[in-house]
Amino acid sequence: MISWCAGILSSLLLLLAPLWAWAQQDGIFDEYRAMFGDDNPAVFVIDEGEELWFSKAGPNSTSLEGCDLGLGAGVVEGAYAQLPRYFADTDRVQDVESRLEHCMIELQGKTREEIHAKPYSLRGDLGTEMEALVAWLAEQSRGLAIAPGQAHPSERSSYELGEQLFYFRAGPHDFSCATCHGQSGKRIRLQSLPDLTAHEGAAEAYSSWPAYRISQGIVRTMGWRMRDCFRQQRMPELIMGSEAAVALQTYLAVNAAGATMAAPGLKR
Amino acid sequence: MTRMKTIKPLVLLCCFLINSALADEAAMLLKSSMADKNFVTLERVERDALQSFCSKPRSEEGDIETANALRESARAAVPMPTEDDFLGDWQRGEAVANNGRGLQYSDNPEQPNGGNCYACHQLDPDEVAYGTLGPSLTGYGARGQSLSMLEYTWIKLWNTHAYNVCSHMPRFGAAGILSEQQLKDVMAYLLDPRSPVNSGLSP
Repeated sequence: MISWCAGILSSLLLLLAPLWAWAQQDGIFDEYRAMFGDDNPAVFVIDEGEELWFSKAGPNSTSLEGCDLGLGAGVVEGAYAQLPRYFADTDRVQDVESRLEHCMIELQGKTREEIHAKPYSLRGDLGTEMEALVAWLAEQSRGLAIAPGQAHPSERSSYELGEQLFYFRAGPHDFSCATCHGQSGKRIRLQSLPDLTAHEGAAEAYSSWPAYRISQGIVRTMGWRMRDCFRQQRMPELIMGSEAAVALQTYLAVNAAGATMAAPGLKR
Repeated sequence: MTRMKTIKPLVLLCCFLINSALADEAAMLLKSSMADKNFVTLERVERDALQSFCSKPRSEEGDIETANALRESARAAVPMPTEDDFLGDWQRGEAVANNGRGLQYSDNPEQPNGGNCYACHQLDPDEVAYGTLGPSLTGYGARGQSLSMLEYTWIKLWNTHAYNVCSHMPRFGAAGILSEQQLKDVMAYLLDPRSPVNSGLSP
């Protein structure tokens, strides 16, 4: 039912394709987005995420209600905004995706292989469980301040490694994250590029993911955004919830700290 | 005062060692966090000397001797066409400038790579979808076609670090992104008076 609704909405969005070309003009996207009003198609995905959280699944036939996202087992309100953070039980700094993976394995008895088989949608897909869960969890932090952990030494070293990775130039094109996101007021083709090394740019970006991507008809997560940036950097595929994925998100979240979560957002 | 003078280099050396250990850790971390995808393998995480030197966060500075050495070795490795052989076909060059594909794991490796010039530079004044990471090159042909101009442009495209170490631009020739013929076509797109890049110039 939910997928069906999302399908209908995606088709409606395709009818808006001519508007799309027009919306590509820099600055006009805000007007285009305003035409949606409060109608972010992500609402269907958020509902699906909620359903998934409370549904019994996996070999253990258990829900995720016992999952500790940092604020205690089952506490979801405000949890997303305080990630990534250090978890004593795994002795790792974790983002929302690696923590969900941990809970799916420990509570539900799922395998790492099945969780990693397809965490993010391919073009034309109607969404994955991971995307829906992340969308719902982000919604539970809407309006709250971004406050990732930085008290534990592992959290601070995650930030430092994230900074190193942000400037890491490699691959045939010598690109790093900083190539596109290290200066303010720049754009690639017509797309504005936030300066993720500064608070303002990091806040704008971090607070708006996960987001419904109109051009792809799907909710995308911050973890996916990291993976896709590396694809564009001509690098291999970033593993969901890996240490590098977490470190980069820690770097962004700390740079964005204090800003207000406004996800799931709506993006071109 | 003398003591201060001895301490400062020691502190700097110490910071350098800590930072370089952190950089090594970051490199290992990235490798363990990635997986081969299609034709793109973990080999791409390995950095050459230039990439390592240019990966420093903004707060760290590189030393000038290494920068000079990297610049000189980049310059020395540029193969130079003969004087009458720098310029190819501007129309083919336009296609290269517009094409943003190539070398991503989602790309077809059988297709030629693009130069993706428009991602960062303004060129044809009638093309509105241009990026601003690099300077505008509209009207580049006004600089003329002297041998020094041809050589300068060729070297810039082949390996930008021969002039500006740690420039953001890819090493289109040195890294094998574009073929020599494609680079000559891009040269023509920049310098040929008939190219739309130079449409605003009076003949």
